[in-house]
Parts: sequence; structure tokens; C-alpha cells
Amino acid sequence: MSLVVKNNSEVKLSDKTIARIELLKSRFPEGKKKSALLTILHEVQDENNDWLSVEAMDKVAEVLGILPIEVYEVVSFYSMYNQKPVGKYVFEFCRTSCCVTRGAEDLMDYTCKKLGVGMGEVTSDGLFQVKGVECLGACGYAPMLQLGDFYKEFLTPEKMDALVEDCRAGKIQKLSAV
Amino acid sequence: MGKKILLEHVNVPGIETYEVYRKTGGYASVEKALKMTPTEIVEEVKKSGLRGRGGAGFPTGMKWSFIGKNNPTHHLVCNADESEPGTFKDRYLMEKLPHLLIEGMITSSIALEAHLSYIYIRGEYMWVYRILERAINEAYANGWLGKNIKGSGFDLDLHVTCGAGAYICGEETALIESLEGKRGNPRIKPPFPAVVGLYGNPTVVNNVETIMDVPWIIMNGGEEFAKIGIGKSTGTKLISASGNIKKPGVYEIELNVPVEEFVMSDEYCGGMQTDRPLKACVPGGSSVPILPAELLFKTAKGEQRLMTYESMSDGGFATGSMIGSGGFIVYDDRQCIVRNTWNFSRFYHHESCGQCSPCREGTGWLEKVTWRLEHGFGREEDIDLLWDIQRKIEGNTICPLGDAAAWPVAAAIRHFRHEFEYHVRFPEKVKDRKHFEYEPWEKVKYLMVKQEAMAV
Ligand SMILES: Cc1cc2nc3c(=O)[nH]c(=O)nc-3n(C[C@H](O)[C@H](O)[C@H](O)COP(=O)(O)O)c2cc1C
Ligand code: SF4
Ligand code: FES
Repeated sequence: MSLVVKNNSEVKLSDKTIARIELLKSRFPEGKKKSALLTILHEVQDENNDWLSVEAMDKVAEVLGILPIEVYEVVSFYSMYNQKPVGKYVFEFCRTSCCVTRGAEDLMDYTCKKLGVGMGEVTSDGLFQVKGVECLGACGYAPMLQLGDFYKEFLTPEKMDALVEDCRAGKIQKLSAV
Repeated sequence: MGKKILLEHVNVPGIETYEVYRKTGGYASVEKALKMTPTEIVEEVKKSGLRGRGGAGFPTGMKWSFIGKNNPTHHLVCNADESEPGTFKDRYLMEKLPHLLIEGMITSSIALEAHLSYIYIRGEYMWVYRILERAINEAYANGWLGKNIKGSGFDLDLHVTCGAGAYICGEETALIESLEGKRGNPRIKPPFPAVVGLYGNPTVVNNVETIMDVPWIIMNGGEEFAKIGIGKSTGTKLISASGNIKKPGVYEIELNVPVEEFVMSDEYCGGMQTDRPLKACVPGGSSVPILPAELLFKTAKGEQRLMTYESMSDGGFATGSMIGSGGFIVYDDRQCIVRNTWNFSRFYHHESCGQCSPCREGTGWLEKVTWRLEHGFGREEDIDLLWDIQRKIEGNTICPLGDAAAWPVAAAIRHFRHEFEYHVRFPEKVKDRKHFEYEPWEKVKYLMVKQEAMAV
């Protein structure tokens, strides 16, 4: 079987991530290491500007000893994996019913207008993107959005203003592995 | 104040850490279970009458007794995928009480003779995943997990693993596929997971809350649990309350509280958000039928409706609903039922895995037709079309997501047909998404009456 070999040089995989991948693999029985795939993809995506290039997916396939197609079919199924570059800060607003009853649609409009973008678009400086996603399990704390690894809840226009400022000031942290 | 089984210690400072949790009596059920036989534990759970808290309400003890005996390798998988719109109780439980989940996983694994168990959590709950990872490490460090737990000879490995944004992975066979590192396509049943599950081995999948109830049952006995609640609705249940109420949040109720008390009393929802009239309620997560206000506090027979499995479904789908996952969504008179139905249809279309045509095509069709009705482009025959589509999905799919997409549409038409008709006949009035905020249905329904009178 021949597979197209691609240049992996641009895929970032730090020693820490490699150690982490080994740990994740160790949680599954021999011959079932593919079970770690979803979690590994999260970690690799985090390290590579929040998206998964074909090269990154191929690298994951190699690390897990599975075929690239097995990675592609998973990446294309789940909504949290990005197959294209995304804004540095993606505001993923919940647009489902419970959040809508408490003003999610108004808040999305407010944010888009403030940033001068439509839904899904990235601001010209590449910093922000506004998306509508489905219920995030925070229905009682609506309206809300997901930003990276965290939720921002009970939002108001004022809180959105402050959040945008915090992003611009580089105050948004990433969650690190245990 | 009702009895608290799960949330009794939730406000103890530091309860999420091993030390504090252990000091409040944590892990005692493991010590006790290690001295019991698996059958004894299963019997206790059967006696408790505990029913699955993930939505379907299947008796847990019975499910456990189905576990395949001819294959000795068993698994317990905790369903922490929680993606049903309106439901956010499992997240609350895991954030606050991670060790209670681990304790429940250990006692339940002992009952099932499982030596390798997993918690599958939705990928969006990444910080909760870390909380669980840390708590599991603490449990290993203190000898509650691993080889020969507390010198009993029982081995158990427990790990947490995550999804990546797919509602369908909450369906147990899709969850198993996903846990195997694949797309979340549900499997055809039978065989049921209890016979062929994770890695082909007998597997039990249980909701977070179900598993967290087990330690209390072990410690206090199944009969004590069964004394709480009414009839076949035993114990307590967490309700995630959201929508237009004063105090959205997670509440633990005994399964006997009147719905009216739950909505109106200060102990729970605290009444309506801005004192506007209550219009409708989805009492058990987005998949269950919506109830109009007049059928929420009282059943069609005029009896008081209670927060129990039986009372909530009194009247069947014609005039009742389901307690489901306990995702209790309240709508006031500013909310548009057509818009909400479109919102739900869009959700199911987005989340359909696409394996079977009635669901893949049908959910898309439902979304399109509800969209055009809501946006003022609807036709009179669209309402019957919707009815027809949902009927053709229901019961004709591999997994219940198809039904879950059909039921909300059917119930909305059943109880709010006049609002759909209003959208067709007064398209100009519904172009603005806030139409019912400006003019609630109660104010504009005379237009329909007038039009009908003129037609005669
Ligand atoms: C489309 C779909 C989504 C589901 N989502 C969840 C979920 O997020 N959490 C859950 O516990 N059960 C969910 N279920 C129910 C599970 O299939 C399964 O019945 C449940 O996990 C069993 O646990 P229990 O008996 O403890 O309730 C879902 C079912 C379907 C059909
Ligand atoms: S009913 Fe829908 S979600 Fe379920 S298997 Fe069929 S297509 Fe997939
Ligand atoms: S509906 Fe928005 S988080 Fe559930």
C-alpha cells in the first residue's frame, strides 16, 4: 500500500505533547490504542493554532499507527475540530432554544456589529471570529459562549465589551494538561 | 426542603478535593461493596427502583442483570456526553463532586465485575475533563483504583476520555463507537451493548447521575431509596431549570414535587422571570413534547401534575410529556413556538449522523419548512406537510434521534396549531423575530378569529 508522504516539518508536536500522547495511549488496551484518537486530536489542535491541517492529521495517524483516512473521517465528523485556520479568539455563542429565550440572538448581533463581521467571518486582523453553535450545557447560565477551553456565562453587552478588551490585552489563558 | 441524596455535601468547601470528600464519608460505599457479592449489589440497586437518569428511565438494576455472562470481560461506561438542550446537571455534578462519580464508578464496576471502565465526557467540557483527570489521579494515589483495591483482590482501571462536539455521541452505541476512536454512528440494536459493547465485550452505559446515586443506595439500602418519591418514581432527581424563570439552575427534587410548586416556589425556580405569563414548557430536554401552560400544572383529567415519570407522561403524547433528562425549559408569552420549533429542528438536523435517510433528509426538511413558516414565507399546506414528515421519521430510524426530532414538531403542531396558521396568514407580522415580544399571541389571536368570521 502506498501513501502520499508529506512534509511534516510544519506540524508542531512538543516533547510535552508527545509524552502526553503516550500517556493517553496507555489508558487503552493493547490493540485498541485508536480509542485515544479524539483526545489526542484536541491536544494536537491546541498546539497548532487551533486547527488540523492534512499534515497534522497524517502525523496523528503515524503516532497512533492507523491509516490517515481513519483520522480524516473522525476529524470531519466532529464539530470541534477545525479543518481550516480560525480566528485567534473564537466566540462560539450557543444559539439553541434556552439561550435564545434569554437574549442570545441579540448578543450575537451586538458582537458581530461591534467587531464589524458577519457570523462565521474572521476580523481582518485575524483576531476574532463569531460563531453560532448548538447547546453547550450551560442553558441555566444563558446567554453564554465558549472561548477556547472555557465558558463565559450570564453575558451582557457590557461583559462582551470587557471580554473583547481582555482578548486584545492577551489576558485569555489556555487550560494546561494535568 | 426535600431530601438531598446527591447534593447533600455540595456546599462543603473543598468537597472537590480527595481529602475533604473522604472526611465527609466519601468512598465508604466502596469499602462496603468490596465485602458484598456482585449479585447482592445488583439486588440492592433493583430494590431501590432507581431508573436511568439519562433520559429513557430504564430500571438500572434490571439493565445490570442483562450483562453478558459468557464473556468474562465487562466494561462500565459513564455517559457524560450531556448535550440534550436544556440539560446541564451532569456538568454541575462533575464540577462539584468529581469523587462521588468515581466512587459510584467503582461500586458499580464491582457489581458488574468490570475491571476496565471509562467516563466519556463531551469535548466542550474540557475543564471538567481536567477536574476528573485530577480526581482520578487522586483516587489511584489513595489506593481506590488500580490493582488489588484496598487489599480486596479486586482490580479496576478507570479513565476519562473525551468527545469532540457531537450530540449523537450521547446515544449509547454511538458513544461506544466514539470511544473506540471512530465517527459517532449508532449501531443497530440488537445486539445490545450489554451483550456486545465496547471492544465487542458486554458493556453497561449509564448516565452520570445514575452512577452517582449508587453509593447512597449501597450505604443506606435500596429500600430506603425506594421510600423517597412516589410509586415507580423513586429517589431524587436533578432538574436543570432554564428559560424565562427567575432562578435558572440545578435543583435536586424528591420525585413527588408538584410541577406548580417547582415553577412557582422560591425554593426552586422562583416564578416567572419578569412576571410575564407562562406560555409553555419543555419539561425533559428538547426531545420531549412541549406542553402548553394549561397542561403543565394539571393533567387533562384535572389532577395535579407532579414531577414524576408517571405524572409527567399522564395523557400520553396527546396531553402529556416526559420527565426525560430533567431539562426543564420554561417559555413566557414573548416566545414564539414556531421559532422555537425551527430552532429545535435546526438542532436535530445539525446533529443527525446521516446514516439513515428518514432522519438525514427528514430533519433537513423539517428545518427548512419551519424556517420558512417562522420567517413569513410559509404556505397553508406546510403545517400538514410538517405533520407528515415527522410521522414518516418516527419509528423508521436506526436510533431514537429521529424520534427526538419528530416529537417536538408533532407536539408544537398539536398544541399550538393556531400559531403556525397565524404565521402563514399574517406573514408581515412575523418578519421581525421579536414579533411576540411586541405583540404576544394573546394580543393578536383576535386577528385569526376575525379572519375566520369573515370567511364564513
Ligand atoms: C440522541 C440521543 C442522545 C442521548 N444523549 C444522552 C446524553 O447526553 N447523556 C445520557 O446520559 N444519555 C443520553 N442518551 C441516552 C443513552 O442512549 C442511554 O440511554 C443512557 O446513557 C443510559 O443511561 P441511564 O440508563 O443511566 O439513563 C441519549 C440518547 C439518544 C438517543
Ligand atoms: S436516526 Fe439519525 S442520528 Fe440516528 S442513526 Fe439514523 S441518521 Fe444517525
Ligand atoms: S441552550 Fe444554550 S447552553 Fe443549552
